[in-house]
Amino acid sequence: MKLTKIILSFVSALAILLSTSVTSFAKVVGDKIVLGSAISLTGKYSSNGVHTQNGYNMAVDRINSMGGVKVGGKTYKFEIIYYDDESNPKRAAQLAERLIKQDGVEYMLGPYSSGLTKAIAPVTEKYGVPMVEANGASRSLFTKGYKYLFAVLAPANLYLDVAIDLAVEKNGGKPVSVAMAFEQDAFSQDVRLGVLDAIKRTGSKKLIDDKLPKELNDMAATLAKVKAVKPDVLVVSGHTKGALTAIRQIAEMKVDVPMLAMTHCDAAKLSKQHGKNSQYALCASQWHKTLTYKDDFFKDGMTYDADFTKEFGYAPPYQAAESSAALLVFKDAFERANSFDKVKVRDALADTNMQTFYGNIKFAEGGQNVDKPMVLFQVMCDGDKCENKVVAPTKWASAELIHPIPSWSQR
Amino acid sequence: MDFLIFQVPILMVQASLDGILLGILFALIAYGMALQWGVMNIINIAQGDLVILGGYITYFMYLSGIHPALGVIVAPAIMYFVGVGLYKLVINKVVDRDLFISILATFGISILFMQLMNFAFGADVVLANSDFGTTMLFNNSVTLPNSKIFAAVISIIFAIGLVFYMKKSKLGRAIRATAQNARAAKILGVDTEKVYAATFGINAALCGVAGALVAITFTIHPYMGLPYTIRSFMIVIIAGLGNLPGVAVSGMGLGVFEEFADYILGTEFRIGSVFLLLVLILVYRRFKLSRKREYLK
Repeated sequence: MKLTKIILSFVSALAILLSTSVTSFAKVVGDKIVLGSAISLTGKYSSNGVHTQNGYNMAVDRINSMGGVKVGGKTYKFEIIYYDDESNPKRAAQLAERLIKQDGVEYMLGPYSSGLTKAIAPVTEKYGVPMVEANGASRSLFTKGYKYLFAVLAPANLYLDVAIDLAVEKNGGKPVSVAMAFEQDAFSQDVRLGVLDAIKRTGSKKLIDDKLPKELNDMAATLAKVKAVKPDVLVVSGHTKGALTAIRQIAEMKVDVPMLAMTHCDAAKLSKQHGKNSQYALCASQWHKTLTYKDDFFKDGMTYDADFTKEFGYAPPYQAAESSAALLVFKDAFERANSFDKVKVRDALADTNMQTFYGNIKFAEGGQNVDKPMVLFQVMCDGDKCENKVVAPTKWASAELIHPIPSWSQR
Repeated sequence: MDFLIFQVPILMVQASLDGILLGILFALIAYGMALQWGVMNIINIAQGDLVILGGYITYFMYLSGIHPALGVIVAPAIMYFVGVGLYKLVINKVVDRDLFISILATFGISILFMQLMNFAFGADVVLANSDFGTTMLFNNSVTLPNSKIFAAVISIIFAIGLVFYMKKSKLGRAIRATAQNARAAKILGVDTEKVYAATFGINAALCGVAGALVAITFTIHPYMGLPYTIRSFMIVIIAGLGNLPGVAVSGMGLGVFEEFADYILGTEFRIGSVFLLLVLILVYRRFKLSRKREYLK
């Protein structure tokens, strides 16, 4: 009896040992470099989760079909193991553990959203696994001293400060008055901090500073206040719900502001869902297809847009573009490191300095991309057809900013 | 603290009207909840999810080119059968059980509905545009979206219609009898099983109407149901069970209170102040009851 117990435990210990030693080779199997990602395929982030996954997949196919990754004179192909994190931070952290410990993944791609990236980053950091992420912009991700986290996108505090600068510029360099409405979540509050910095820097004045509860979908009170105080700029950030609610109620309540700046316009499909009512809204975006950045794999934004639309049947939102860029960064880092050693790959990532179709990529100490400014586009309508046109920074502007916004009585 | 509302008094008119219109819509949802709570002794956590489902029905009508205002007829018709179906599948098994069991069961339904809607309709925030325009008052300084006025009018019509239905029709009388004493009603020949199914169906239909109105005035999303459940729960708690005029008054009162809290304390304290009010009301009631030497049932 005792003997069988001992044998049994020995066999199971052996089995465990074997299973871990087998999978620990999984980082590079044959000619494949295996990356791991927990991604929101179900749950409240599933739309953007799918955009992220499509962006990753498109880049994997493209890189593999164009010669793959060359390390140590040999050619490798990318492969990604995905798990569905159900839009749940706890689940995402568990899955990151599983990818690293059970599947032996040694290089990670980020999940969708700042919240989930925040949940995963401590895990990848603990195991020293380099993670390139494309969808976590919250400033707090880059102030924790993480060494293995790299974000190809601009941090959240840079989303809308450009708008304040633009308003000041249009006001002949004089300070402006600002009304703000931001949802109470990590991302939107980071955007708010950026706007506050810009207000301070330009000597502007803050008239309204509303923090919208997450469960709120009525902004009537905030907008009535805006009507009463008549600011020069109205800034709104509250994910897609905030963007849709703001545009609907601004139109219904006939709120006249010279400038309206917001986030998440393309995720909310503003121009499609609201048509002409969304006209003149300024939107912060990480990427726009008309930008003139170039690389060897996707050529430029317009080509990426066309190829993506052909493959997936819809135009790529910036969430997809930045996800594709993450793979280009990994490829570049592997080739420069010329090794699969995690530390060497990490160091190579830290030295990244490249241009992709999505923008220039160069990481600061904290891991955020400091070489790619945000762009602002404005919704412009010709009859009933509305389009997003880049208006700032002027280097990439494809249209002149319409300022001030015509009042509702003149539309 | 912000005293803008006192400096610009016209904002008080705006806040009151916004609050009343918002409150009437919430009162409709609470009305359904009070009805089935009173009749079946079930607290329906999935109330808000039924609202959102009604909203999606309207949204899909809107997508296929039908004016979303017609959703207030189509959504309740469909939702009635969804409600009856739910009753036959799940609710009839928990109806005579402990309140806790019914909360668990409806909580389960709520999660299931959220996931199914997310799976079927996607996780995008959507809305239905009614293009109803805007009513301007007081020299354009007060604006009322016609969609909100429409929502309030429809809510009132349905609420009054239901009151009459409960008073006059055979089923309505049976529902009221069952609410008073299910056992006695059964002895007197009322098919309580049928009454329960109809009650749950009527509640779902009211949620369908409210959902159509939410899609027209606000936005819908698979995971946005819970705030509607909580709000209607609070309205019912404040009004008391079986007090239908009370539901209307407490709905509007909460709406106005919320708007004023928003202006004076700030938007971030809007929801918090409503909860604070709820606690105060419950403490006050408890105090009053203890003075009367009665007991809470």
